[in-house]
Formats: sequence, C-alpha cells, structure tokens
Amino acid sequence: MSDGGSNPYRHPFVRWLEKRLPIISFVEHALKGYQVPKNLSILWTSGFIAGFMLVVMIITGILLAMHYVPHPDHAFDSVERIMREVNFGWLIRYLHANGASLFFLVVYMHMFRALYYGSYKSPREVLWIIGMIIFLVMMATAFLGYVLPWGQMSYWGATVITNLFTAIPWIGDSILEWLLGAPYVGAPALNKFFALHYFLPFLMFLLVFIHIWALHTNGSNNPTGIEPKTAEDTLPFHPYYTVKDLLSIAGFMVIFAFFIFFAPNFFGEPENYIPADPMVTPAHIVPEWYFLPFYAILRAIPDKLGGFVAMISSILVLFVLPWLDRSKVKSCTFRPIFRALFWVFVLDVLILGWVGAKPAEGHYIGIGQWATAYYFIHFLILVPLVSRFEKPSGLPDSLSAYYRDKGCS
Amino acid sequence: MNSSRDELSDTGKKRRDFITLTATAMGGVLAGSIAWPLLQSMNPAADTLAESVTEVNLAPILSGAALTVIWQGKPVFIRHRTDREIAEAVDAPLSTLPDPQEDKARVQKPQWLVVMGICTHLGCVPLGQKKTEPRGEYGGWFCPCHGSHYDTSGRIRKGPAPTNLVVPPYNFISDQLIRIGREE
Repeated sequence: MSDGGSNPYRHPFVRWLEKRLPIISFVEHALKGYQVPKNLSILWTSGFIAGFMLVVMIITGILLAMHYVPHPDHAFDSVERIMREVNFGWLIRYLHANGASLFFLVVYMHMFRALYYGSYKSPREVLWIIGMIIFLVMMATAFLGYVLPWGQMSYWGATVITNLFTAIPWIGDSILEWLLGAPYVGAPALNKFFALHYFLPFLMFLLVFIHIWALHTNGSNNPTGIEPKTAEDTLPFHPYYTVKDLLSIAGFMVIFAFFIFFAPNFFGEPENYIPADPMVTPAHIVPEWYFLPFYAILRAIPDKLGGFVAMISSILVLFVLPWLDRSKVKSCTFRPIFRALFWVFVLDVLILGWVGAKPAEGHYIGIGQWATAYYFIHFLILVPLVSRFEKPSGLPDSLSAYYRDKGCS
Repeated sequence: MNSSRDELSDTGKKRRDFITLTATAMGGVLAGSIAWPLLQSMNPAADTLAESVTEVNLAPILSGAALTVIWQGKPVFIRHRTDREIAEAVDAPLSTLPDPQEDKARVQKPQWLVVMGICTHLGCVPLGQKKTEPRGEYGGWFCPCHGSHYDTSGRIRKGPAPTNLVVPPYNFISDQLIRIGREE
C-alpha cells in the first residue's frame, strides 16, 4: 500500500483516488505483488471456483427471492410459477439448485486437497479453521434452502433434522420451539428459514474474505508441502494463476452447463415435486448427496442423543486436525503410510455416503457402523500414531530441488 | 487525562479499576437486556401458541377402525380398539416396555385410544391408521423412517424411538364427542 508521497500512478483521477482511498494499489498488491509457489496443480484452483460459485449462488438466489413466497400455502406453487411463468425462471432455479450440488463438490475437492497436502498444518491452522467455519455455515445454508420449495422431502427433511435437537437433554424441546417459532414445522419455520437462508451467504462472503486474508498472510501451500525459500520457488499470482483459475473455471462451467441443460434434476429427489403433506411421511427420507456421509454417521448409533453427538463430532474432529497430525512433513507425497491411510479414508467416506442413501436395515446397518467407527479411528488413533512414527521418504531440500531431481525444469 | 494505569496513585488505580469494572458490568447487563427480547422474538408468537381446540365426533369410527385429525398443525390418531387390542395392551408385562406405562394411564375409556401421530424418534408420522398399512410387530403403528414399532396402546416396543406416543390433553364432552386441547 502506498501513501500520498509515493503515489505510483500517472492518471490524475487514479492519483486523486489513491491519495484518499488506496484501493487500486491494494488490489494490485494482492494480485501482482502476491508471490505464489510456482508448482500449484489444478487442485489449487478449487478455492477460486468455490468463491465463484458463492457469487453465482448469491446472484441467482437474489433473483429467485424476487418471485418466491415463503408461506406454506404458496411456497410450492411460487417455485412452480418460477419454473413455468417467470422469464428464464427455469434457468435461474436450475442454476441455483444444481449450483448447490456443484458448490459442495468443489468445496469437498478443496477440503480433500488440503487433507492430502497437509494444508491445515502450521502456520495455516487458523486458515483451516476459518475454512471449517465456512463449511458449517454452508451446510446450514444448504439445509435451509432445501426446505424452501416445500415439497415432501423439504418438509420431512426439515422435520427429521430439526427434531435432532430434541435429543439434547432438558432444553432440547425449548430449542426446537425456538428454532421453529412453533411446536411444529409450519409457517413460522418456513418464513424464518427463508430469512436465514438469505442472510447466511453474506456471512459466508465475509468469512471468505477473512479466509483469504489468512491465506495471504502465509501464502498458499503447494504439492510438495515445502515452504518457498527463494524467488526461484514462486511466481506472481497475476497473470500466472489468474489465467490458471480462469482456465479451470472454463472447464468447470462445461460440467455445470451439462447438468443445467441436460440433467437438471440429476441431483434432485422426485419426491420433492410432491407438495409438502404434514399427514404423510415419505417411505424413505434421504438428504441431498452432500449430507449422506454425515447422515450415515447419525444413523449408525442406535441411540438418539448418541447419533446426534457422533454426527457433530465427525465435523468437529476436523477443527482439531492440525493438532492431531503432529508430523512436520505436510505433503502426502513424502509420507507413504499417511498417503495409504488417506485413500482408505476417502474410500471410507464414500462407503458412508453410499450407506447413507440406503434404508437403515439389514447389512447396511453393520456396514454403516464399521465405516463410522473407522472414520473416528482414522482421525483419533491412526493420524496421531502415524505422524509420530512415520519416516518421511525422499524429502528434498527445497521446492525447486524436488522438480530438478525429477528432471522437470 | 490519558495517563496510563501505572502512572496513577494506588487510590487512583482502585478508582479506575472500579470504574472499568462497573462500566463493563453495566455494558454486559445492557447487552443482555437488548439480546433477550431479540432472542424471544424467535419463540412461538402468541397466536401460534394460543391453544386451539379440535372437537371430534367419534360415532362414525367403527370398532377396529381409526381416524386421523389435525390438532395444532399436527396429526392426532384416534383408534376405536377391539376387545382383543385392549386385552393385548393391558396384558403386556411392564418389564418388557422401553418406556413403562400402564394402558389405563393412557386412555380415558378403554375402547378409545387418542395419541399424537408423531413418532417420538424424529417426528415422522407412523403407519397403521389404515388396515392396509403395516402396523408393526405389536399391532399398533410402525414408523417407516427408522423402524419403530408401537403397540395397541401407542407404546414404543421396538426400534430407536425413546418414548411412547404422546397422549394429548382431551376430554369427553359426551359419549361420542371429544374435545382435544387444554382441559378446562
């Protein structure tokens, strides 16, 4: 940032503005002056795509809110009206509905990348924790938004999930009434959910800026997990990574467009095209795919409070991950045992997701319980143990040395 | 003015600490008294809470049949129990019940069972009101969401639900007419 004395600009208006609000030099500094490891793979563009999706969701969401009516008598019909009568309403709604799924897809890629390359480790613990807070807000926003169309799955999903709070001893029922604004899921709850669904994305937007602030304080991690030491190891963010991010966005939009125009209901649940009926529960209640692993953990424990606690813990354990994994080596590239464990963990999460989509009966119960147990064993036993005993293999002296040894550059 | 704490005399330090403490305390009280009405506004509004009352004519419900009525936005199950169903409910040994409660504590007249049609697990509506629907292993209701079985007294017998189906407040106005809602 410059002061009035070292104003680097020539254009009179820019000079004038710079003296009063150094915003242009601030942006310039954040883009050109920001040095980034030169070896970031395409996985590092997931953060940019996630930010892009947040903007897409906010814009389409505001437009939908101009036509949506948050009342049980009108909500379902107003969504159908958006689909049939509002100009390009179908496009905006499909962008928003499929956007939610792809937003989660990108964020999960972002998180698994951080897990694989150890991006949560010192000095990026706070960056990681802010990311986890964003993830929690995002899950709440997605849940609230799914209720708004007021279809059968909206209504019964809301009923089942909000009823989880009654598992809390003593105060559970009061919390539920406070959340719903009534003793049941009805008009007060729908109105409140709409208000919160509108508000939370702006909170996410703010948190994203704090996330980026923390990121820029120590810079990006990279596939080797070795901090850059010399100018040889880095490149300026602009133009090198702005271009890479834009290329990635282009590829992403092809996938996004495919779903919107060719499979707009791929992620949806047919049951949700039936208007909500408080008298009839659907035979099989399933959450959206991005909640399935957590839903499986919830159902794995045959006790109401226990299931609730397990589900919450499965997310909270990620908050303390920087202190469970004590290994100084970040990247899985140089951690053979941890790398194997990482892929077993990915498989475990996929199994949980698969079980979460199945009815809680027969052998699915057993599989769900074993997969849940392994989820916690991974974080609470294997990660601390391996990080203590594992010998890193082939750790190079510097970021650039790694690629020289491999014969690149 | 603006002297740091270390520059003050002992009395001065005490005075300043007192002022800081009381000001902080008052600020806390103020923040709390503002937060309370804001948080309370999210609780059920007066008209939402107002006890609505539903009257139900029992005459059309034949023995063995059931009726679902809506009370306060929620389903209420009314079942006209057969002699066999009553006997099953009365004879069930309390020691086998997850939430032990005698049948006579759950009904006002043995042939009429009135319970909330909401599974105590996660709030689904159990099946079993129609004879064609599954009634579970104990002849009452079966919740399809997570597999809770209720008996002919609406008591939980098997599955994840922690407690029996709730009996709402109701009273008999006449032999064939009940009023669901707060008893007067």
